[in-house]
Amino acid sequence: MKILVGIKRVVDYNVRVRVLPDGSGVDTDGVKMSVNPFDEIALEEALRIKEAGKAEEVIVISVGGDECQQQLRTGLAMGADRAIQVKTGTSLQPLSVAKAMLGIIEREQPGLVILGKQAIDDDNSQTGQMLAALWDRPQATFASKLTLNDGSVTVVREVDVGLETIEIDLPAVITVDLRLNEPRFVKLPDIMKAKRKPLDVVPLEELGVSADSNLSVSHFAPPAQRAKGIMVEDAAQLVQELKNRGLI
Amino acid sequence: MSEREVMEYDVIVVGAGPAGLSCAIRLKQLKPDLMVAVIEKSSEIGAHILSGAVIEPEPLDRLLPGWRDDPPPICIPVERDEIWLLSKDGKRRLPTPPQQKNHGNFIVSLGAMCGWLAARAEALEIDIFPGYAASGIHFTEKGAVGGVIIGDMGVGRDGEQKDTYMQGIEIHAAVTVLSEGVRGHLSKQLIRRFELDRDSDPQTYGIGMKELWRVQPGKCKPGLVQHSTGWPLDTRIYGGSFIYHMDKDRIAIGFVCGLDYADPKFVPFEAFQQFKHHPMVRDLLEGGEILSAGARAISEGGYQSLPKTEMPGALLVGDCAGTLNVPKIKGTHQAMKAGILAAEHIAEKAAAEGFDAKLRDSEVVRELYKVRNIRPAFYNGFWRGFLRAAIETVTAGKLPVTLPVHADDKSLARLDQGYTPPDRHWVERKLPPRDRLASVYFAATAHEEDQPIHLQILEPDICTTRCTVEYDNPCTRFCPANVYEMVEGGAGKALQINAANCVHCKTCDIKDPYQIINWVTPEGGSGPNYQNM
Repeated sequence: MKILVGIKRVVDYNVRVRVLPDGSGVDTDGVKMSVNPFDEIALEEALRIKEAGKAEEVIVISVGGDECQQQLRTGLAMGADRAIQVKTGTSLQPLSVAKAMLGIIEREQPGLVILGKQAIDDDNSQTGQMLAALWDRPQATFASKLTLNDGSVTVVREVDVGLETIEIDLPAVITVDLRLNEPRFVKLPDIMKAKRKPLDVVPLEELGVSADSNLSVSHFAPPAQRAKGIMVEDAAQLVQELKNRGLI
Repeated sequence: MSEREVMEYDVIVVGAGPAGLSCAIRLKQLKPDLMVAVIEKSSEIGAHILSGAVIEPEPLDRLLPGWRDDPPPICIPVERDEIWLLSKDGKRRLPTPPQQKNHGNFIVSLGAMCGWLAARAEALEIDIFPGYAASGIHFTEKGAVGGVIIGDMGVGRDGEQKDTYMQGIEIHAAVTVLSEGVRGHLSKQLIRRFELDRDSDPQTYGIGMKELWRVQPGKCKPGLVQHSTGWPLDTRIYGGSFIYHMDKDRIAIGFVCGLDYADPKFVPFEAFQQFKHHPMVRDLLEGGEILSAGARAISEGGYQSLPKTEMPGALLVGDCAGTLNVPKIKGTHQAMKAGILAAEHIAEKAAAEGFDAKLRDSEVVRELYKVRNIRPAFYNGFWRGFLRAAIETVTAGKLPVTLPVHADDKSLARLDQGYTPPDRHWVERKLPPRDRLASVYFAATAHEEDQPIHLQILEPDICTTRCTVEYDNPCTRFCPANVYEMVEGGAGKALQINAANCVHCKTCDIKDPYQIINWVTPEGGSGPNYQNM
């Protein structure tokens, strides 16, 4: 079985994200970029499945400009066997990304597709769901535990009321949550090995996918600044202050 | 413990700053077949670099001819120099001394420039590994330096291996180039082991703090370089400020204090924040926002403090040797030149031996010699220092006298012996950051909490006994990141170490009067995540 893992290049989670003064986007000048942390968890799970002898090959895929090759190399250094970049100069919406991934799925015929539950930059949480629908295969989102069976997979999902366990047939799309695993550190010699692993570049147009979007972004705005707080002496003063502000 | 995995290189460079990257690039230009690697503890190249920075372009011209056609991301030609002597509310323009004339120089972000240099290094097939800390030294059977040991990852606070444990590998090399920057973790050990400082004065330091601001449109004048001295420091503390006007309404503002100050109650961070509230500066910053902030020690000992820069198997370049030119307030060109010289030496000799003599005979040390008496002249206060600096400048350092340099850890005055800290008449502050914790937020510093504390206190008893009485725990004040706190515990006060706040400036390792704070490398990739600093 082949496992396909989606990887997105995002602003690193340690970076303090800032909106550009003109509101046209987020400032990425000199900003550290990383693999979306949920995608790293997805890849870790795929590697563990392979190491358990239940998969033969792990392929990482990213849709974006040449800069995302850096994140694909990180995936290869973690242990993926090969990488595919679907090349586009445009920033795509989830539907276009899902269509691009479907194009690769048709070529590669993976038994399992694992993605992060969402990307930490736009927080859409849509690509996995859309991909499953386009592919017409089962999906299990927000996975915190995976158990592979013969021709199916048992998934524990994190849902609002607790945990839900479902079993779905393979091939399938799984999106993973934070608690599934803790990704490994990359070993230094593996960074060198990753440089020699295959990385194929497929132009988006070759997959017949359009970069056009039905959505347009009007502007970005930072959250409102929090007003300065005051220290209150006791509960009575707290109540009084709240009343003064008409909050109770 | 199992045998460590080994990678072999011809040359391993420790630290991807201007010295290390220049050395690696020059080596590959001269000897393309050499296997050269650079390791760097920060999560990406430039993330631990903090500098003004106004740089002299000459070493770049030499290293990368044509760089001006494809310059670093932030690179603004200096248009004008201003030097101000500040009083609490007033200012007076001083004539610009020759060392501080910046015509032909460039304002850069040194962090961004190192990222830019790293890309050029990788194009020459140099292996660059950010996110890996050189935590130990590999010695050969003969006792020479034979490479470095990368720190283990995935070790818990208690020292136990976690599920993600990964043993660090050894990198073996014929020559190890240490370019760790000021007070390097390995350099410090090697200087001691090989007694490299036997014939030099102790190294002395300053602490530099910096913030990157985006100011209101119209206030930033790209290419303007401003320096100041005077308020808020009294005449006993050496230091001053810089304000560099960059592009896109961005301003680099910083403050440097000599770490030889005597007042144990002095808070360098507060002095920086006070400076920002001088009318001249406040007007500039009001209505703007901080983009990034941080701190880093700088070496100030210069010529007198320069240790021997070679040992069997390894050499020191840049500020872990201490080649910064204090009167110029510049170290980048010196670091790059030392790195280039080291590369040329290694390419010729394939060994470290002979590098020290070559460095001392080079323009790097000649430049330090000329200005050797200027910084120590200020030990006797600002005005005498000022006068002496003028004489030394006019005579180009040719007077047959070399003033000695003192160690910073011996300079604090004892509170239990009658020292009374001066009242500094600080003003009430309004500009961000509110305090050191708020400042650390702008450094975006990150350390996995579950790892051994990388600030080792060798004799913890001293903190709560002698130090409290003699100096009232100055670590709680000199640290710009609020790492050290005295907290009430069950059995009286105890030292709490907030290691996750650390911005790797090394001030504690330097200024601690008992020399019981030992800064060691945390898990690779930890530390500040500076942007364009």
